[in-house]
Amino acid sequence: MTSKIPTNSSLASANLTSWKSITDDVMPTWLQDAIKAIMLPMIGLLFFLLIWGTVAQNIETSLGKFPGPSEALEQFQSLITEHNEERSKEVAFYQRQDDRNEARLAQDPTYQIKIRNYTGKPTFIDQIGTSLITVLTGFILASMIAIPLGIMIGLSKNLYAAANPVIQLFKPVSPLAWLPLVTMVVSAVYVSDDPLFAKSFVTSVITVLLCSLWPTVLNTAVGVASISPDLINVSKVLRLKPMTHVFKVVIPSSIPMVFTGLRLSLGIAWMVLIAAEMLAQNPGLGKFVWDEFQNGSSNSLGRIMVAVLVIGLIGFLLDRIMLMLQKFFSWDKQALLR
Amino acid sequence: MNRRIETKLTNKSINPILELTGVGIEFPTPKGPFKALTDVNLKIAKGEMISLIGHSGCGKSTVLNIVAGLLQATEGGAVLEGKEVNEPGPERAVVFQNHSLFPWLTAYENVELAVKTIFDKNKTKAEMKEWIEYNLNLVHMGHAMHKRPDEISGGMKQRVGIARALAMEPKVLLMDEPFGALDALTRAHLQDSVMEIQKDLGNTIIMITHDVDEAVLLSDRIVMMTNGPSATVGEILNIDLPRPRNRIELADDPKYNQYRQQVLSFLYEKQRKVEPLLNNHKINKEKSQKEEKTA
Repeated sequence: MTSKIPTNSSLASANLTSWKSITDDVMPTWLQDAIKAIMLPMIGLLFFLLIWGTVAQNIETSLGKFPGPSEALEQFQSLITEHNEERSKEVAFYQRQDDRNEARLAQDPTYQIKIRNYTGKPTFIDQIGTSLITVLTGFILASMIAIPLGIMIGLSKNLYAAANPVIQLFKPVSPLAWLPLVTMVVSAVYVSDDPLFAKSFVTSVITVLLCSLWPTVLNTAVGVASISPDLINVSKVLRLKPMTHVFKVVIPSSIPMVFTGLRLSLGIAWMVLIAAEMLAQNPGLGKFVWDEFQNGSSNSLGRIMVAVLVIGLIGFLLDRIMLMLQKFFSWDKQALLR
Repeated sequence: MNRRIETKLTNKSINPILELTGVGIEFPTPKGPFKALTDVNLKIAKGEMISLIGHSGCGKSTVLNIVAGLLQATEGGAVLEGKEVNEPGPERAVVFQNHSLFPWLTAYENVELAVKTIFDKNKTKAEMKEWIEYNLNLVHMGHAMHKRPDEISGGMKQRVGIARALAMEPKVLLMDEPFGALDALTRAHLQDSVMEIQKDLGNTIIMITHDVDEAVLLSDRIVMMTNGPSATVGEILNIDLPRPRNRIELADDPKYNQYRQQVLSFLYEKQRKVEPLLNNHKINKEKSQKEEKTA
């Protein structure tokens, strides 16, 4: 580009450089993009906090004002403190027990050491852990059933036609409808003197499984059924054996759809879990919310609000993890995944 | 007509590797059976390069799919080296129009899948590796053999598709419009590659095309098909041009141009397929007339 204005060189360059190129000089494009990528979500969050704070102040409940952001933060801190206190109590308990056992042993070498487990109440953080274990157990079991089932249904048009009404029938069923049935069946069938898992855990896992099965089944079936006919022809020309065909052609080509299903399933599993835990009294986040609701102290609403945000955050993180897995396993690297 | 008798006579003297006898096929449709092909007869000698040419929808691909075993003829059948064809198999390898590579495998792995399946017991690991690399080098893909299909161009993908088919050591290589989706320059490169490979290996090849120049340049014989329904072999043209053939020299060759002319006249005079175009034309004319009237 040449300047048409015949002035001295500094002025000419000033004429030529637009505002855009000035900002480009000061800030490289990647930095601008980074600022945009951070600033816009921040603005969104701030806007949300503002609305939450204003609305909360105007809602009176029987347990006092609806908790705003500051109350929630306060309760979050107190939950963390409680957790730390509980942990130090636990450490102290084991310390005392060890000391006592050593002292006994020194007095009487034939003494049989007794080790008792600490039985303090689970803290908020413990409950998050329980919830994660429960949801992942249910989700993994569901996937182990759903993926092979989806592949079988996808491979055979007849099987698909036969299975489809059943799937469509159970897909929209709410976890709350399953729960009483599952509870009764688990108490009737899962009977042992020394149960490996608590009944409430088994009930929650099965409810999660029943609800999170369907998206994976359907998406896997669609993925398998929509393999390019050319690829199937290649497999025919090579005379691949049925199992080789499934493992070398069918599964790799339907991986993107399988992961779409898995992501939907995990999202549903997490949502269902909270409801299941509330009713099954599985010691997780759902039970935490329910207990706080029953407790009805002035702090309860704030604590529930913390739980709501934590539930949302964990759900979001679980989805991101699945997205990362999907990107890692998917061969179609150009596909836009979000 | 004279030419047809001639080819029949010459064919009798050679021992065909592949023979199509009275091949016909009917597809069931809601409106009753649809007869796509009828009485297709063709004898192909070992090492011959045959082109099937015809308008779209005339059943060229159907013929190829019957030879491949992907479709079953309802009348007559195909016999390869004395054995009837009734299922797909690697001795009749197919190069598909849109490459059909497995997108999650690299070029090498795509060929490897074929080689491992076919030479499971006959080749050691080292021999397989050598064979895969040999075939990829044959199509000039040695430099990019560890790239995935989405990282290479359309022409390169088609090269890998050809390498995979060649690696199966087919008795007949079937190519379904192999260069149809490529730009003219890439297509010319690949045509040269195919001629070079055929000269070296002496493959028997059946290729579908709707490119007249491609058919004349590559083939020993051009099989021209009539329009469907009930399509069949219309004429067979012997291309008696010395090999190796050079596209630039041939452009001025009177014989080449005469062959070209013959195929064109078959396609555009004897087997004109202009009905849809004509209809459109009529409608447009009527429309413009109406518009004129209203104006």
